[in-house]
Amino acid sequence: MNRYPVWKWAILVIVLLVGALYSLPNFFGETPAVQVSAVKSGVKIDDAVAQRVEQALAAASLTAERVAVEGTSVRARFDTLENQLKAKDVIQKALVPDANDPSFVVALNQISRTPAWLSAIHARPMFLGLDLRGGVHFMLQVDMQAALTKKAEAYSGDIRTALREKNVRHSGISRDGQTIDIKVADEATQNTVRNIIADQFADLQVVSQPDGDGLRLRASIKPEAARKVQEQAVKQNIVTLHNRINELGVTEPVIQQQGLDRIVVQLAGVQDTAQAKDILGRTATLEVRMVDESTEARAAEQGRGPVPFGSERYPERSGQSVIVKKQVILTGENLTDAQPGFDSQTQEPTVNLTLDAKGSRIFRDITRENIGKRMAIVLFEKGKGEVVTAPVIRSEIGGGRVQISGRMTTAEANNTALLLRAGSLAAPMEIIEEYTIGPSLGADNIERGIHSVVWGLAAIAAFMCVYYQLFGVISSIALAVNVMLLVAILSMLQATLTLPGIAAMALAIGVAIDSNVLINERVREELRAGVAPQAAIHTGYDRAWATILDSNVTTLIAGLALLAFGSGPVRGFAVVHCIGILTSMFSAVFFSRGLVNLWYGRQKKLKSVSIGQVWKPESDATAVAKSQ
Amino acid sequence: MEFFRIKKDIPFMKHALIFNAISFITFALAVFFLLTRGLHLSVEFTGGTVMEVAYSQPAELAKVRETVSGLGYTDVQVQSFGTPRDVLIRLPVQKGVTSAQQSEQVLQALKANDADVTLRRTEFVGPQVGEELVHGGLMALAFVVLGIVIYLAFRFEWKFGVAAIIANLHDVVIILGFFAFFQWEFSLSVLAAVLAVLGYSVNESVVIFDRIREAFRKYRKMTTSEVIDHAITSTMSRTIITHASTEAMVLSMLFFGGPSLHYFAMALTIGILFGIYSSVFVAAAIAMWLGVKREDLVSAPRKEGGDPNDPNAGAAV
Repeated sequence: MNRYPVWKWAILVIVLLVGALYSLPNFFGETPAVQVSAVKSGVKIDDAVAQRVEQALAAASLTAERVAVEGTSVRARFDTLENQLKAKDVIQKALVPDANDPSFVVALNQISRTPAWLSAIHARPMFLGLDLRGGVHFMLQVDMQAALTKKAEAYSGDIRTALREKNVRHSGISRDGQTIDIKVADEATQNTVRNIIADQFADLQVVSQPDGDGLRLRASIKPEAARKVQEQAVKQNIVTLHNRINELGVTEPVIQQQGLDRIVVQLAGVQDTAQAKDILGRTATLEVRMVDESTEARAAEQGRGPVPFGSERYPERSGQSVIVKKQVILTGENLTDAQPGFDSQTQEPTVNLTLDAKGSRIFRDITRENIGKRMAIVLFEKGKGEVVTAPVIRSEIGGGRVQISGRMTTAEANNTALLLRAGSLAAPMEIIEEYTIGPSLGADNIERGIHSVVWGLAAIAAFMCVYYQLFGVISSIALAVNVMLLVAILSMLQATLTLPGIAAMALAIGVAIDSNVLINERVREELRAGVAPQAAIHTGYDRAWATILDSNVTTLIAGLALLAFGSGPVRGFAVVHCIGILTSMFSAVFFSRGLVNLWYGRQKKLKSVSIGQVWKPESDATAVAKSQ
Repeated sequence: MEFFRIKKDIPFMKHALIFNAISFITFALAVFFLLTRGLHLSVEFTGGTVMEVAYSQPAELAKVRETVSGLGYTDVQVQSFGTPRDVLIRLPVQKGVTSAQQSEQVLQALKANDADVTLRRTEFVGPQVGEELVHGGLMALAFVVLGIVIYLAFRFEWKFGVAAIIANLHDVVIILGFFAFFQWEFSLSVLAAVLAVLGYSVNESVVIFDRIREAFRKYRKMTTSEVIDHAITSTMSRTIITHASTEAMVLSMLFFGGPSLHYFAMALTIGILFGIYSSVFVAAAIAMWLGVKREDLVSAPRKEGGDPNDPNAGAAV
């Protein structure tokens, strides 16, 4: 009666094998490495870069365990942390001669020692949370109202231009919060304005209101358009953050949207929060200026002679310098969008800029007067200017749509558009949550977490083995299997293990033992009632199952509540807690029964079961089924 | 080995009033401390900045406090954390100053006094996050309470659901009472521990209710209180062994887990100890006073649909 059919054995063996395989990568540890990746999209990471890294290391007589191109980066592995740090300096010097114009990011990294055959079946170690390996965590809130206000401001200018172009007379356009007020004198004009807005501004909705002696139209952004503005604002900010964080040289930064208006940034291994915050919160500004094309300036551009008075020298991304007049024509505030595109006639890649009403007016005037001359778009970050592009003005440009073309690859066009957009965040952000965990604290946390799991497990296993003898040994093995399966599932899900997660693992062991105690007590009880050993095992497991299910469901309800309503560390706890309850049902019931069946199931005339002393109340003496 | 050799059912229910009085007094004390002292909420709830710094020598807390207060902070808490060399500094939210500036400022001031101080960790939480956490915590609590009552009402009877939840909610209040009395820091992880205890100790009540149902079927002549006595007595061995095992795990966390897990483990330790008491003695007594009868359980449709004459159907330890 205590035998499993073949399919049950098959499931058991398969689950154990898979569990063992997928929990394995966590035991290989990590090796220190230096990772080189590209900053600009134009820079290719290939064997040539790997060779340069190797040469640089050889010159400094450092030996790497391996240098290879892996994905989009070159990774050099080292045996000690000390060599890793030395190598980082050496590689940094060799690949990035000018810190102000980096083409590579050189960063420290920890790479799992998991053998290739395990990685090939996607068996990877659990991802360690910041509290276990050190780093910084920021939660930023995007100010959506500000994004909408900014958009409304842009619309009010656009409406003004549109009305002027159609020669519609209005008595004033003003922005009131996120709505735009347009005052008109009579019905007829009101209708014209309505039509123009309906035609040209599909994202606006208009209502009319009587206003003193005249009429007033209130235009507001439609809810669905507002949602789009908000989505774009968050996306834009994420892109900007990505670009800025790349400079920090962080491997695998986490930049995620959370909820509608929040962005989470996690940078493992970064210790200098001040620098990180500085970079995250940095405001870049964009300026459009004219290029100084006097003979003195040309000379200065080639390095012969001083920069003329009233002009400044800025480097271009290609490395050449450009002499630019100090007078600012437009700033980034007037630029509403920048997108890469293609010229409809020549099919050349272009960058298309959209200017707001004020910007377009100025731009039209400037371009009319300066046909054939060059203008420069300068990006200022950290007080340092860089010429993004310096195109020649071909014709007068009105209407606020500017196309920059010529001598560009598609990648360059993309990059330029990105840079222009990244000039400013779409909406201001505020840091509303921040954690920094030092690397030593992270290491301490891992050690303590593992210690508490190991000692707790040892104490329980020792007690179980003494109190329940063979059944106790089986229970202890089941507990160990539970931990293994839990680790395997977490690794498969690539879940992030945090300290609360380790605590949940410890608690899961404490709860899992409950099931085994229930079973063992029930089997003893059956034996006490005089049932034959084989039958006692059978009914013991059967009867205990209902109770185990009940008690696990109540625990699971609490776990699910934490998962649904918790945040941050609580969620880390809840995930492990819930998975732990599920694996414990497998290991404590199905697996332990398997072991019992294996041991006792084939013995037809089983006389006694090794489950410790079974005391019977009728006869005080030890009329018991004791161990063999 | 067999620890529990009980020949006769122990008349627990005779003393139900005493058990409930004890638990009511503890409960009242907990509420009293909660009201008078309040919880010492962590920055996660209140908003503010926490810094953990480490010195190479045991730190002079008074001096650190003086340095930080010197920067113009009024409500600063400075305490040692784990070891005498580690110091925890809590700063309130300040308008107009970002957390970055706060922690920079403080660290610089500390460095000016003693150059070998290092920053172990900082934590900043804006006030809006705190409000959401309180909301989330209360929602989670409501979800757990409702979920468990509904589940138990479905599996047993509503009286058991209500009795179990009253008994275990009062555990929660008692844990909070401890945190209020000792002014231990109540953080998010403690909240997680409290809810985990709620789910965990309810299963103790479930085991006993299971037994009560079984005994109602098996022993037709017993009164309700005798049935409850029998159920508690026969599950005693399991109760104590299970909880001792879980407690061993939790204590291991308390001793080896370090300061980060300290209060989490503390909440679990207290919760499990009171959980046994209340789910065994209090829950059953409340169910008795709510008037559970044999008819409530025995006539109820059996979930296993087995032989209705089988005295053990659906019951287990």
